[in-house]
Amino acid sequence: MHGTLNLVGYGLSAIGPAIATGLIFAAYINGVARQPESRNVLQPIAFLGFALAEALALFGLVLAFVLK
Amino acid sequence: MHITGHLASGPGFVPPSTSDFNLPPIAGHSDYFTKPIVAVFFSVILISLFFIYSSRKAAVVPSRAQFLGESIYGFVRKDLAQEIIGSGFLQFVPYLFTLFVFVLVNNLFGIIPLIQFPTMSHVAFPYVLAIFTFVIFHAIGIKKQGLGKYLKGIAFLPGVPKAAYILLTPIEIATYFLIRPLTLSLRLFANMFAGHLLLLVFIGGGNYMLHDTHLLMKILSPFSFGFGIVMTFFEFMVQCLQAYIITLLSALFIAGALVDEH
Repeated sequence: MHGTLNLVGYGLSAIGPAIATGLIFAAYINGVARQPESRNVLQPIAFLGFALAEALALFGLVLAFVLK
Repeated sequence: MHITGHLASGPGFVPPSTSDFNLPPIAGHSDYFTKPIVAVFFSVILISLFFIYSSRKAAVVPSRAQFLGESIYGFVRKDLAQEIIGSGFLQFVPYLFTLFVFVLVNNLFGIIPLIQFPTMSHVAFPYVLAIFTFVIFHAIGIKKQGLGKYLKGIAFLPGVPKAAYILLTPIEIATYFLIRPLTLSLRLFANMFAGHLLLLVFIGGGNYMLHDTHLLMKILSPFSFGFGIVMTFFEFMVQCLQAYIITLLSALFIAGALVDEH
């Protein structure tokens, strides 16, 4: 069996952004559940936070391919 | 098409890699006549034709095409531009709308049969889009506040103790001039790249299993194909979401440059 350890490293590094994304949407769902009319205000904020957290995971993915 | 190349290359499953994105020229030997380039031109023609057609015979009771065109326009105008930029949003609607539709169509090429290649999985295209947004939001900030005041607003956050500037100023400058355009383009690129790779893994893997000599592998191959279909729907969601996010972030950057205090 052969392969690259990069992918194992990427798997580990993806844990952080995964937890972050979960927390962001948990907070968003909580907010909307408590105050449904706040949905329009919270939605861009939630997706912005999601995009920022997700960017870290994707940088890891790109680096996993770039670094040999 | 490039999936079959792996099977001919020898025994054992070769997982898809970055080389699967370097497609050969469609015809001739020119490096500029490849699938992504043709897809970009095709998308521009497609978008233009659709919106000309949908708005040409605009009526009070809309046709189906007009309704679709107006819903997309209304979404960008109301939910993105007006909500985020606020007053004076109207002059940015054309840019945001073009950006949204262009990215959306080019992303959707990733799952549209016969094309099946997301243009934005080549990093050059998102770079250009990020440069547009970069130039626009800085130009607006400079025009609105003047060069000196704008740069001062970026480098020195108001209401922060003086000692913190040692740490904050480099971070703020890097954020505005490096991290913002870079993350804007790399996010879109990496999403499309990873999505295409994911589909290649499942569909290429199913193809490999189907052609394997083991009967068990043949029987199990539909699961791989099935997961490929599930992932296609997931990709559809991601592609729409990424078009939304790049437009949302562009609108946020413009809104940030418009307000006086950062």
